[in-house]
Amino acid sequence: MSITRRRVLQAAAGAIALGLTATLSGCVGGAAQPASGSGTTTLHLVGFAVPKEANNAAQKKFAETPEGKGVVWEESYGASGDQSRAVANGLKADYVNFSLEGDVSRLVKAGLVDASWQDGPTKGIVTDSVVVIVVPKGNPEGIKGWDDLVKPGVKIITPNPASSGSARWNILAAYQQVIANGGTEAEAKAYLTKFFNNVVALPGSGRDATNAFLQGSGNVLISYENEAILARQSGEDFDYIVPDATLKIENPAAVLKDANPKATDYLNFVLSTAGQEEFVAKGFRPVAAGTPVGTVEGANDPAKPFPVPSELFTIGDLGGWDAVNAKFFDETSGIVPQIQKATGKSQ
Amino acid sequence: MTASAVAPLVERPDATPSPNPRGRWRRRRTTSLTPVAGLGLGITMLWFSLLVLIPLIAIVVQASSGGWQAYWDALTSPQTAAALRLTVSQALLVTLVNIVMGTAIAWVLVRDRFWGKQFLEVVIDIPFALPTIVAGLVLLSLYGPSSPLGVDWANTRVAVFLAFLFVTLPFVVRTVQPVLLELEPEVEEAAASLGASRYITFRSILLPALAPAITSGAALSFARGISEYGSLVLLSGNLPYSTEVASVRILSYVEGDKLTEAAAVASILLVVALVVIVVLDIISRRVARHV
Repeated sequence: MSITRRRVLQAAAGAIALGLTATLSGCVGGAAQPASGSGTTTLHLVGFAVPKEANNAAQKKFAETPEGKGVVWEESYGASGDQSRAVANGLKADYVNFSLEGDVSRLVKAGLVDASWQDGPTKGIVTDSVVVIVVPKGNPEGIKGWDDLVKPGVKIITPNPASSGSARWNILAAYQQVIANGGTEAEAKAYLTKFFNNVVALPGSGRDATNAFLQGSGNVLISYENEAILARQSGEDFDYIVPDATLKIENPAAVLKDANPKATDYLNFVLSTAGQEEFVAKGFRPVAAGTPVGTVEGANDPAKPFPVPSELFTIGDLGGWDAVNAKFFDETSGIVPQIQKATGKSQ
Repeated sequence: MTASAVAPLVERPDATPSPNPRGRWRRRRTTSLTPVAGLGLGITMLWFSLLVLIPLIAIVVQASSGGWQAYWDALTSPQTAAALRLTVSQALLVTLVNIVMGTAIAWVLVRDRFWGKQFLEVVIDIPFALPTIVAGLVLLSLYGPSSPLGVDWANTRVAVFLAFLFVTLPFVVRTVQPVLLELEPEVEEAAASLGASRYITFRSILLPALAPAITSGAALSFARGISEYGSLVLLSGNLPYSTEVASVRILSYVEGDKLTEAAAVASILLVVALVVIVVLDIISRRVARHV
């Protein structure tokens, strides 16, 4: 019996060890096959999950161009930060498409992406979107904008800004809209405190937040316009509001240093009018000026899918990601952890 | 059990026959290995090292690369401390419930015959087999805002407790069941015929025999609890200071490129788990000796 017990105890120790190490080691997926077929080139795309369908549509169109002929894709999609860490740790990639600039910067630091990746006309950005407020069908709470979110009875769901980098767009939008409307930093902080008092859940990622919202937790979801449009395209039934003052979301893409030259061709295609149209169809705002915006299914008004907010600010207006991360999200001195401490303890 | 406990204490001359030949046989086996047994031990150690020891050492090395500062920062971060407190206290609570309920379920499954028993046998393992994110979805629809039970425990500490309870249910049941199967009901009948009350029979006959299995299951259940993440993703809301668990803190540190702090929190969980396993082992020995 003591042998059985020892064996079970060893299994217990093993289970803990595996559980903990699994948490630490980033998910590395996507078996990389060497390109060897005659006339075909294999390109490895590593990206965040949201633009998968848009990328796939763009790849189809790219294959019809002379540069894109014979390109075969090996793709890996997941959470932006996890994917970036996976590439930094050796996952094969030619073309990366992330949610945040910092996830590309990590690869620059690792020596995998050239420091000049932001020198292009769009500064390395391939898609835009804006932070929006999602409400249940019919908008029972009568939410019109940011001010309504801090009223009693509003239950906000927004992804966790600590564990999901992309969730930071939402918090920054809530903060900066106060300043864009002429408020002071103190007023913006006070607004964000009231905002967090109404937060009922901080799910791990944008998609988890959408799922929790659809299951009925909360009555307001802070999300991204493209995410809202894509969900409505796939049949989800909810309304969304583009606030008068909101933050422009900018998603970067880059080609790795030792990538196949075809990867650069793909990046150029994505930035061309033909490429941008594919992303627009899935709900992203175009980065290339002059991209014709046709009808976008799933948008509030499919004929005029992208209303221009009266106040549209960018991360650049807030001083860039490095400054923003230090000011807002630093573990000890950041505005957001401090607000969470104040509101978390009062609950 | 008694023989093996006494054997190392009392050195018997070889001429005196040991009261329990099995005890002596076991002692011989552990000191001199046959070539085959040696190979087996070698493979075991290699396998164990590759899968468990080396990754564990890697965590400790990663955590110590930041010096004591990283541990100190992790421990003094009130948010991390709150997450650790919640995780450990809920896991302990769940383990206590599992010790009672798991043993009871194992008892019913082994000793009682009833309609649907086979079905229950299979269903018990579902929390093992189900991907935890699916478990989270199931729990959310059961205890969330659209609950058929009329409760809304989503995004509260109750949700953390229920999620832990769900994923750790099979451990005690599955460790106690085989031991209970081996126990002859005749022994209990004999105890009863000698005048022992049901309580005395349970205390002196059943509990000492079951204790090692119960504590093994409890250790597994605790370990599984403190490392749980998937089922909480949709259910707990990850609210700092309220429903955020340690694994979410680790994930947050990883997302912030703070691997040292992440490893520090992980190694703290590791120490907690080891302490709990050792304490459970000591309790189990005490109870088992209480014949």
